[in-house]
Amino acid sequence: MRKAGWGLKTMSVAALAYLHLPILFVFLYAFTTEDASFTFPPPGYTTRWFAVAAANSDIRQALSLSLTVAAAATFIALILGTLAAGAVWRTRFFGRETLSLFIVLPIALPGIITGIALRSAISITGMSFSFWTLVIGHATFCVAVAYNNVIARMRRVSPNLIEASADLGATGWQTFRHVLLPQLGSAIVTGGMLAFALSFDEIIVTTFTAGNQQTLPIWIFSSLVRPRNRPVTNVVALLVVVITFIPIVLSQRFAAKAEQV
Amino acid sequence: MGTTQSSIGRRMATTLYRRPRLRLGLLLALPALWLVGVYGGSLASLLLNSFYAVDPFGGNVVRRLTLETWRRVFTDANLASATRTITMAASVTVASLGVGFPLAYYIARYTRGRIKTTLILATIVPLWSSYLVRVYSWKLLLAAEGVVAWFFDRLGMGALLDTALRLPVIGGPSLSTSSLGQFVVFTYIWLPYMILPIQAAVERVPRSMLEASADLGASPATTFRRVTWPLAIPGVAAGSIFTFSLTLGDYIIPTVIGDSSPFLGYAIYSQQGVAGDLPMAAALAFIPVVVMALYLTGARKLGAFEAL
Repeated sequence: MRKAGWGLKTMSVAALAYLHLPILFVFLYAFTTEDASFTFPPPGYTTRWFAVAAANSDIRQALSLSLTVAAAATFIALILGTLAAGAVWRTRFFGRETLSLFIVLPIALPGIITGIALRSAISITGMSFSFWTLVIGHATFCVAVAYNNVIARMRRVSPNLIEASADLGATGWQTFRHVLLPQLGSAIVTGGMLAFALSFDEIIVTTFTAGNQQTLPIWIFSSLVRPRNRPVTNVVALLVVVITFIPIVLSQRFAAKAEQV
Repeated sequence: MGTTQSSIGRRMATTLYRRPRLRLGLLLALPALWLVGVYGGSLASLLLNSFYAVDPFGGNVVRRLTLETWRRVFTDANLASATRTITMAASVTVASLGVGFPLAYYIARYTRGRIKTTLILATIVPLWSSYLVRVYSWKLLLAAEGVVAWFFDRLGMGALLDTALRLPVIGGPSLSTSSLGQFVVFTYIWLPYMILPIQAAVERVPRSMLEASADLGASPATTFRRVTWPLAIPGVAAGSIFTFSLTLGDYIIPTVIGDSSPFLGYAIYSQQGVAGDLPMAAALAFIPVVVMALYLTGARKLGAFEAL
């Protein structure tokens, strides 16, 4: 393997810095003593904003709503995504391509179109905007993630295994439980973690499917549009980064490990 | 009891095995109902809504089919914001290519094993995580008293920044309230979508082809121009689908950063929210869809779908 020239190396390092440095400044500003402007460098450092954020009941409620919505949406998306993957796997049927298209469409189209489409449907049916409309919106775009992970794994499961299990007298449930699930398990977990991360910090579909509920991203967005308690916003931003970062890194490790097997 | 249960289970397993249509139906029912029924239905209702209109006196949506809303779509203001949005989407796509290509090329060609995995992970993580916080981080960076201005001052280039901000159209009081700043943030946010498909495309260029090119006397620059770049084009086209279409529909970045000149996404958002004109928002939402459909047709010719 030849060595890369210094020009290429410099440009690569610059691109990586562009991708990763900005978020580090959010971390830095969570500790600043300055609460009215974004003065750099911060005049001093303090940890008091963490206590202020923890004591804020709006933030606590928004956090618990975001976690609940993400958990419920992930659960639904995993069921729908796994079922859809099971249907598409090794079967050809009328409308198969259409189904695959409709699975990826919610994340392929800009969020605003998915958001406003759901809003228009919900308003036509006369349903009121609630926790459940949020979950419907989030589950819709999370299905793609669950489906992609499960179908990619299914393509590598030998159909002989299923037939062998049936020949040995296993019921459908036993085959699913003891043959298929161990094979798909890590793909389902990976898909679930990605779906959770995707849902947790989603803002656009959330804005269109929420009533007056406030998720954490909606809280952050509203404090950006009408600037108020800036240092607390930084603390909440840091919290969102940490909560989404962990499942993403874990899921990538899982996926990398599954590749090696 | 146990035997009855297991024999029922076995009979079910046999039935399902013998009747693949039934098995398929059971697997398919829920996902098809949700995605084609609920989501597809929602998209259809969006189209339907665009053929309703708001009663000019009461401000309520009148559910009677009319072309009234579509007639009002093609105003100068809407066309101006569509032009602005498409120009931004095109600039962001070109900039992502310029910034992303070297890194994608470096990862594909000069790294392996653990380092390659780490660099790919470093590109994927920003793609999945904290979109809103990543936009927000630039509010800190681009503020007049913020990090970027401080660095320009330290490097003795404060005057350069001021000159750039005095430029018409792209300038503004500070980077945080200028189109220039907006452009930097858009590029930052969608950059990973450009890097990954290019990296995958360059990865697939067979080494033997590069060696053959060198053996036939081509300089590295010629090999790049005549071999690597043509083979990377499907990846570039695939990446550009994302950078282009995601910019078209975004309203968060223009709300947080920039001079608040209207963007398509923001127009859709405010028609729906502030103005309460859902039919208008629905009609406007079809502009990015149509532009994207045209773009996808072009990208398909370049082989973008094989590179995804």
